Amino acid sequence: MKPAPFDYLAPTGVEETLDVLQEYGDEAKVLAGGQSLVPMLNFRLARPAVLVDLNQVAGLDGIQAEDGALRIGATTRQRSLERHVSSRPAGGPEDLLRQALGYIGHPQIRARGTVGGSLAHADPAAELPAAVSALGATLVIRSAEGTREVPPEEFFEGFFTTSLAADELLTEIRLPPWPEGTRGAFLEVSRRRGDFAQVAVAAVVTVADGRITRAGLAVAGAAPSTVQAHSVVDGLVGSEPDTGVIAELAGNFAAQLDPPPDTHGPAEYRRHLARHLLQRAIAQATGLAGPRAASAA
Amino acid sequence: MDVDERTTADHVGLQEKTITVTVNGNSYQRTVPVRRSLVDFLREDLGLTGSHVGCEHGVCGACTILLDREPIRACLMFAVQADGTELTTVEGLTWGEELHPIQQAFWDHHGLQCGFCTPGFLLTTYDFLREKHGATEPEIREALSGNLCRCTGYQGIVRSVQAADETWER
Repeated sequence: MKPAPFDYLAPTGVEETLDVLQEYGDEAKVLAGGQSLVPMLNFRLARPAVLVDLNQVAGLDGIQAEDGALRIGATTRQRSLERHVSSRPAGGPEDLLRQALGYIGHPQIRARGTVGGSLAHADPAAELPAAVSALGATLVIRSAEGTREVPPEEFFEGFFTTSLAADELLTEIRLPPWPEGTRGAFLEVSRRRGDFAQVAVAAVVTVADGRITRAGLAVAGAAPSTVQAHSVVDGLVGSEPDTGVIAELAGNFAAQLDPPPDTHGPAEYRRHLARHLLQRAIAQATGLAGPRAASAA
Repeated sequence: MDVDERTTADHVGLQEKTITVTVNGNSYQRTVPVRRSLVDFLREDLGLTGSHVGCEHGVCGACTILLDREPIRACLMFAVQADGTELTTVEGLTWGEELHPIQQAFWDHHGLQCGFCTPGFLLTTYDFLREKHGATEPEIREALSGNLCRCTGYQGIVRSVQAADETWER
């Protein structure tokens, strides 16, 4: 037996789940796909008194596509989303998800891992936090007290930390439709296929009448949490796509990153990856470059 | 909080649960502690020791089984979560006394040496080839990337999957 003892609750409804979270608060830990939490339990890095299993809760999973927008239930399996987006037409948030989801672990991980679980876990090197940040998602959070909707920058607070309170549950992820002329690119470098990113970049850019009208850019793996490249966005919006400008903005942004050095390389290496992946992702998302295999980085 | 010190009256949920699972077509009902992993349940409660326990934190893939036709890490689920599901383990792959074409391909092409990782590779391959015909080597390597083998260097495994792609009529 690996995990420390816990009491197991498997509520079947959302309201019931919220009541349980309100009652047990910090004593409880929510179990979604378990691909990060169960290793932590097995290593006894987490020892919750109460484990609240979301897998029996009705109405928390499922994908709804409507007028180009996408609503994803928090317990939707990553592999279900992968299958869904692979069959959808181009020109919407599905494009970015199609590129990003294959980088998450392996088929066996994606078969259990959930979209909301990955976001709530907030691993700084995970793909989905970067993807939803670039996509301008709205995260729907519920508690017994009510519902609030927050953008990613008010959700991801730091290293494995979100703004979710102990009695709150992430219930849904809403992705807005893409305006005409929008493209997305998700690029990642990791040591091995399926590993967390050393650096990953998500870029969503809209070009209208030859000018960039809006952009969402997020970088994973180069800071204590997913970061949005606001300075690059500000520099791009209003201008014509230009490789020189993109390189300068990406370089300036990457130079300010302070990623922790680890066994896979010094901080400078991750800054280097951030700069180049940003440049390439923006070039692809503005139509200046075609897609290329990330392994060529 | 140290839950070991709780009295029964303090408990708010279950510590044990009776579950019913179908494994390789056979139905089993057992009462299990809620913190027992699914792979430990298969091995220790049901005696199905084909699924191997390697890293116990989702990295090595040796415990890969199919849960409702999806490949999963059986070390990252609790047995109670499998209540009402259908599982396939390596024991269910064999066609009676005859090896499954994937198993035969691993036999023929040196797809294993010590064999510890093999059950996971077989189930992963089964899931991959069920949906895929004419797989390329990069596709095979990507499909197998969630399973670790420390003996073969993967060459034999990739050849085995290529062979099974040809021989398995599906």
